[in-house]
Amino acid sequence: MKKETFTFAALGAALLAVAGCASTPSSSDLDREAAAVMKASFRDQGIAKTDRLNQDLGQAACSSDKPPSDAVAQQVMDQARAAVKWPAGGQYIGDWREGEKLAQNGRGMTWTDASAAAKDNGGSCYNCHQIGKAEISYGTIGPSLYNYGKNRGVTDVAAPTAQPIVEYTWMKIWNGKTYNACSNMPRFGHMGLLDEKQIANVMALLLDPKSPVNQ
Amino acid sequence: MTKQRFTLAAAAVLALAATNAAWAQKSAADGIAEYRKMLEDGNPAELFEAKGAELWVTKRGPKNVSLAQCDLGKGPGVVKGAFVELPRYFADTKKVQDLESRLVSCMEMLQGFNAAEIAKTPFGRGEMANVTAMATWIAAESRGMRFNLPQGHAEENHSYEIGKRAFFYRGGPMDFSCASCHSVDGQRIRLQDLPNLTKNPGDGIGFAAWPAYRVSNGQMWSMQLRLNDCFRQQRFPYPGFGSEATVALGTYMGVNAKGAESIAPAIKR
Repeated sequence: MKKETFTFAALGAALLAVAGCASTPSSSDLDREAAAVMKASFRDQGIAKTDRLNQDLGQAACSSDKPPSDAVAQQVMDQARAAVKWPAGGQYIGDWREGEKLAQNGRGMTWTDASAAAKDNGGSCYNCHQIGKAEISYGTIGPSLYNYGKNRGVTDVAAPTAQPIVEYTWMKIWNGKTYNACSNMPRFGHMGLLDEKQIANVMALLLDPKSPVNQ
Repeated sequence: MTKQRFTLAAAAVLALAATNAAWAQKSAADGIAEYRKMLEDGNPAELFEAKGAELWVTKRGPKNVSLAQCDLGKGPGVVKGAFVELPRYFADTKKVQDLESRLVSCMEMLQGFNAAEIAKTPFGRGEMANVTAMATWIAAESRGMRFNLPQGHAEENHSYEIGKRAFFYRGGPMDFSCASCHSVDGQRIRLQDLPNLTKNPGDGIGFAAWPAYRVSNGQMWSMQLRLNDCFRQQRFPYPGFGSEATVALGTYMGVNAKGAESIAPAIKR
């Protein structure tokens, strides 16, 4: 008898749920519909084609006001780490002066840009980060990177003791999703926004003890 | 001696400024605020308002009639207060529409213009420039009023839900969504303050400031153009004028801004 009551109650709840579905779309229905609305609302313009709306795992997982589950976040990070490309010949560190130019340059990849080649892109770093002290026009979406190398005890970028932070920094710039599935930072290496040499120059800006960032 | 002491004091202040980045930043932001205040003494948006007001009552289009009977949501011809309740659902088009897409519908239904042609026209040109001018005037007629979008119709609530998902939709080569820049309080891109659009960001901020006159390029920017340029910088493809995603984003931002005072048309750097 008790069991029967429970069954009826469960059936009632199920019916209610079905009725609810019929009148208001569920959250996942809305997700699907919103994706279709996005596809229908945009068109190609210059280098910015509608295929930019096709989401990979990480983009889809981080497209809500709620973070993804731990399992999905781990999957995003694992995929990101597996795809990191290390610099040819171990050339992690370039010229900080060129890195500063890239950090200042916020151009590239919009529909008003002629080319999507890395050589035509900037790093947009100051848009979101404080970096060199001389530049007071910096954004605050990302953490301050002033004294980045100094604060991490880097006195010689070639020293074996510096290697872990050098590799970590390369990974963060290559693909920030290696350590934070829903990082706001563009995946500069992974998405081809900057090439290896450009990334090495940004690396120098952050890590070279001679860089103004570390004075 | 006095002079020397002054110099030392000034140097100390400068040193303080240099060691306290937040102070220096605030000071720069204050400078910009002052600059904006100065600009408000004469907002060229007034010229667009005047043009829009005249267009509204002028007999135009293939049918040679005015827009005096256009229903912006509060009944035919009612302009005051319409802006702070848009986007909303319209039974005649069976769609949720924002101010600009509604204007284009009125131009088609009443005056006989081709809505699809207008939607394809670049900002600042031809009939699109007229739509922007009328939107500027209509917004100005609600200046000082508070946003209060209706959410009673199922389609209005639906538009909000789609808009919320569009707001958080990541894509493109830089993985950006609207939320990348507009979901946290007090953040900046360079020195530009970023409103948090997931809630009421305050009177005259965000949704409550557009249309706005852009001093940097000397153009009148409607909300559709504001969204268009956001998507350009988001590295997205090109949003259609009045497309469902853009209108739904308007619903999302407008509902979130409930209670915010409209200062539109504003003036921006």
